[in-house]
Amino acid sequence: MGIHLYRIDDRLIHGQVVVGWGQPLNARFLILVDDLVASSDWEKELYRMAVPPEMDIYFADVDTAIKEHARYAADPRPGILIAGDTESMHRLAKGVKAIGSVNIGGIHHRAGRAEKLRYIFLTPAEEEQLRALEASGVEVTAQDVPSARAVPLSEVLAGASK
Amino acid sequence: MSNGEESGPANVRAIVIGHGDFSAGLVSAVDQICGMAGRLVGLSMMGLTPEDIETAIRAELARTGAHVIFTDLPAGSATLAARRIVKGDASMVLVSGVNLATLLDFVFNTELSPSEAARSAADRGKASLIVVERS
Repeated sequence: MGIHLYRIDDRLIHGQVVVGWGQPLNARFLILVDDLVASSDWEKELYRMAVPPEMDIYFADVDTAIKEHARYAADPRPGILIAGDTESMHRLAKGVKAIGSVNIGGIHHRAGRAEKLRYIFLTPAEEEQLRALEASGVEVTAQDVPSARAVPLSEVLAGASK
Repeated sequence: MSNGEESGPANVRAIVIGHGDFSAGLVSAVDQICGMAGRLVGLSMMGLTPEDIETAIRAELARTGAHVIFTDLPAGSATLAARRIVKGDASMVLVSGVNLATLLDFVFNTELSPSEAARSAADRGKASLIVVERS
């Protein structure tokens, strides 16, 4: 079993993750990889309360997630790993060679970002991090919900599917 | 929108926010049943970052003076944003898992405090969930 989905999502834990992906994957644990959340008891409690009782949630900063990845991957239950931004996932993938694919689930509008898909807006630096991620051998696609088509990164960056 | 009473910020007692067009649908349903949609403001969180969701809720609370936030899913981004607001302001109340029965109870309970009205509405909403099977 182990980690069935590696997802970049700036909303971190929310309905699409817990219900939209969690139910079809039968996810029994979530790993929230975020340096800020991992350093705050209040933030951890906030996200813990959002997770249904049948799911465990683990919090880690990127460095800890790299160290603990083998343990997460060996978990007999299916799980989902979420990072809140491209930079965190890029750092994680540099430290963990076992990541085969990454799902971009949602990066929303903010100053300096350009629209690529309805649910993906990127700065030039974020585009570069995603290109570097793919160049390292990780398949990168965008897909907000399981029933949607997985859009290849090249198509995302071209903005062809807007 | 409302057929039964004047609308305007002063009449608003709660913000309703959820996924997709959930809140607009619920507020519309309240209006169809009792004409009291003016006591609610519906917000959608479609396309918004977590920070923007929180900002949007705060803006509506400030504009209307409402003290109650209804959200759809306990795990949703709107609920997380509302929790942050409630944490910093003891006068605010959050009810997650809202349904139509919840809102109908709430809009009629104008004499109760926001907290009392929210509790009454949540109880009514829970009680409205029933399973009917042919025996």
